[in-house]
Amino acid sequence: MDRRESLRNIVLGSLAGSLALHGCKPEADTDLIEEVDRGSQEYYGRTKEELERDAELMEDEVFLAHERATLVTLCDLILPAGDTYKAASEADVAGFIEFMAKDIPELETPLRGGLAYLNHESNTNFNLDFAKASEEQQKQIIDPIAWYDPEVPESERGMAVNFFSLARNLTLTGFYTSKIGIEELGYKGNMPNVWDGVPDDVLEQHGVAYEPEWLAKCVDQSKRNIQAEWDENGNLIT
Amino acid sequence: MQIIEDPKVYDAIIVGSGAGGGMATKVLADAGLNVAVVEAGPFYDPAAPKQQTQMKWPWESPRRGASTTRPFGDFDAAYGGWEIEGEPYTRVEGTEFDWFRSHMLGGRTNHWGRISLRFGPLDFKHKDVDGYGDNWPIGYEDIKPYYDQVDKLIGVFGTNEGLPNDPDGFFLPPPKPRLHELFFIRGARKSGIPVYPARMSMLTKRINQERGVCFYCGQCSRACSVYADFSAGTCLIFPAQKSRGQVDLFVNCVVREVTTDDNGKATGVSYINKEDRKEYKLKGKVVVLGASACSSARILLNSKSPQHPNGLGNSSDLVGKYLHDSTGADRMAFVPDLMNRKVSYNEDGVGGMHVYSPWWGDNSKLDFPRGYHIEQWGGMGMPSYGFGFNVVDFNKFFGTKVGGYGDVLRSDVKKYYGALVGVSGRGESIARKDNYCEIDPNTVDQWGIPVLRFHYKWSDLERNQARHMHNTFEEILTNMGGELLGEKPGADRDYGLHAPGRIIHEVGTTRMGDDPKTSVTNRFQQLHDADNVFVVDAGPFVSQADKNCTWTILALSWRASDYIVNQLKQQNI
Repeated sequence: MDRRESLRNIVLGSLAGSLALHGCKPEADTDLIEEVDRGSQEYYGRTKEELERDAELMEDEVFLAHERATLVTLCDLILPAGDTYKAASEADVAGFIEFMAKDIPELETPLRGGLAYLNHESNTNFNLDFAKASEEQQKQIIDPIAWYDPEVPESERGMAVNFFSLARNLTLTGFYTSKIGIEELGYKGNMPNVWDGVPDDVLEQHGVAYEPEWLAKCVDQSKRNIQAEWDENGNLIT
Repeated sequence: MQIIEDPKVYDAIIVGSGAGGGMATKVLADAGLNVAVVEAGPFYDPAAPKQQTQMKWPWESPRRGASTTRPFGDFDAAYGGWEIEGEPYTRVEGTEFDWFRSHMLGGRTNHWGRISLRFGPLDFKHKDVDGYGDNWPIGYEDIKPYYDQVDKLIGVFGTNEGLPNDPDGFFLPPPKPRLHELFFIRGARKSGIPVYPARMSMLTKRINQERGVCFYCGQCSRACSVYADFSAGTCLIFPAQKSRGQVDLFVNCVVREVTTDDNGKATGVSYINKEDRKEYKLKGKVVVLGASACSSARILLNSKSPQHPNGLGNSSDLVGKYLHDSTGADRMAFVPDLMNRKVSYNEDGVGGMHVYSPWWGDNSKLDFPRGYHIEQWGGMGMPSYGFGFNVVDFNKFFGTKVGGYGDVLRSDVKKYYGALVGVSGRGESIARKDNYCEIDPNTVDQWGIPVLRFHYKWSDLERNQARHMHNTFEEILTNMGGELLGEKPGADRDYGLHAPGRIIHEVGTTRMGDDPKTSVTNRFQQLHDADNVFVVDAGPFVSQADKNCTWTILALSWRASDYIVNQLKQQNI
């Protein structure tokens, strides 16, 4: 559902009844939430200093062209396109990783070192840069470093294995925080909502249930827009 | 350079616009007074499009919300952090304290956890129970009417449970638990630990026409654009501006000191305007400090004069002493029964926990005197920087290969999404005279104001409490069916006890009392040494309780502000 539509539902659908009954104006809420939504399209709430820092980082380039090509190739091996899936490159994951190498400078050396390692292996074995090698050849290079024994401490797993783990971590974050990644994951939030508990089929799937006594204490969402009033003992009466 | 003086005399000058300063502004303005609010940071309104971070998607941040520039990530509402460029603080060698500051209208209330717990009757008289620390000069009955008013003015959800030291109130109804919270309830009960609906200041129900109702985006740390959670700017300062009093906001103005006359009474404040870096003076009949426990102590200590040679209000030499923060420790687990979740629904909920466990233990049978409450988190949250990090590690719990890429990796990510649960303990430490902040004679900040130097050490009482937290966490998480992540911290790491200051609940630096020799303020938060200066942040706290401090700051600030209005009317100050 589109966010704007979700807003209308929450404000006009589930609440209109109680609002009309009690003579409140729903417009105020609609306008307010729509305003919120409009603002969110344009900025992300930076201070002047933060904007300046972001702009400086954006201008810098850390990776050379062949390093970037290597990174793009690697990210697409980690998250390739499939029948239903999009590739890491479609979310510009490499661009995100390059930004992080500037934002967190400690990432730069392990990333560059790891990319150089991939090219060195590829040139040694196939006389080709990693990005130019066939997928089969690329997998021959990454297969030995893509798995590890979790019982072995990270510091003893070797540079190449740790590089691949770092690249995998950043690729997953970069992709699943992108628009297409969040769509693939299926995350339904960051939308105006009226939370009314876990759906029954989900409770059943995970073998838990609500207790009636607990639910009796919880908010009755049909009355959420009716102004709260209490008796002198703190019992809610509206 | 000449100091620029404003000829106007305010009824009150309020320093700081967070919970304490915000409440004082509201109460004094409602009483028709002319007040100046001096805030060190910029104006802030979470509904202003250029300041809003609520409802942003992670891809709107080039670092996807990583914590490089803001300590709680790009979308967190707090400007500032534990380190601020140009505004240092120092520590005595061998001690530690991390000081979180958020200079902006509303201060730290813009991003706080909204956990809104009243102190209970025992919390004001805990020395009587265990002999540690000191009793407050006031009791629960003194503050209860103000807690009641705060509940109704600001709004807090929760339930009346009749608990002896976690008082009932005027609550809005709580939201239903989320899936991981149902698991927490089950695990905690198996461990003999009771669980109740959380008590948080989000509006699950309308309380007035000025503020919206929660729309469950789970982003209260970003500050709410429809004002459905409590921030001091949106819920106190803005309404105060519409009241019958006059509120002049001075933003980006750093107070240097409280000025005094020949009789030792306050005449106003001097401040540096950050924009032109010049020093200005404001005059007021009353000065109300709500700059935060440590900032207010710093202002007092820097306010030296012939009448107050040791700093204002410091004849007892106690300003800055008895500084204490909440204790804290955390643990995480992977819960296989929470795997393979249906992503069919939005479970953002409110920003924070829907359920919690107040302290349940009997300290007379334990090796530490004070309790802690348990918070928890989990669920199918919005991905941000760090999402998917080491997700393949969980394969080890099923004996499958750890690592990989491609389709197998994709399926791991989805299989494990929402299967992590974390628990945190937040507890009470003992207030001690030898934990303190003072003026560092060798360091100034970029405004030329002498900075604070901290001297703080935990004792075994806090370490033992943290050990108990971790034992409890392991039991609960295991009883939830969880696989514990990481190692249980041992003695070498203080049993996982966070460094002082990390929980951002620092209190106690201008503690209240009836005896001017053993306290800085009286029971109405009025300086013993200057009767027209009040402290309304957490400085006057004698002890912290195993609660969060905000609800008590609000109630006490209201109480002190009523007293100020009254005293002004009677022309006593």
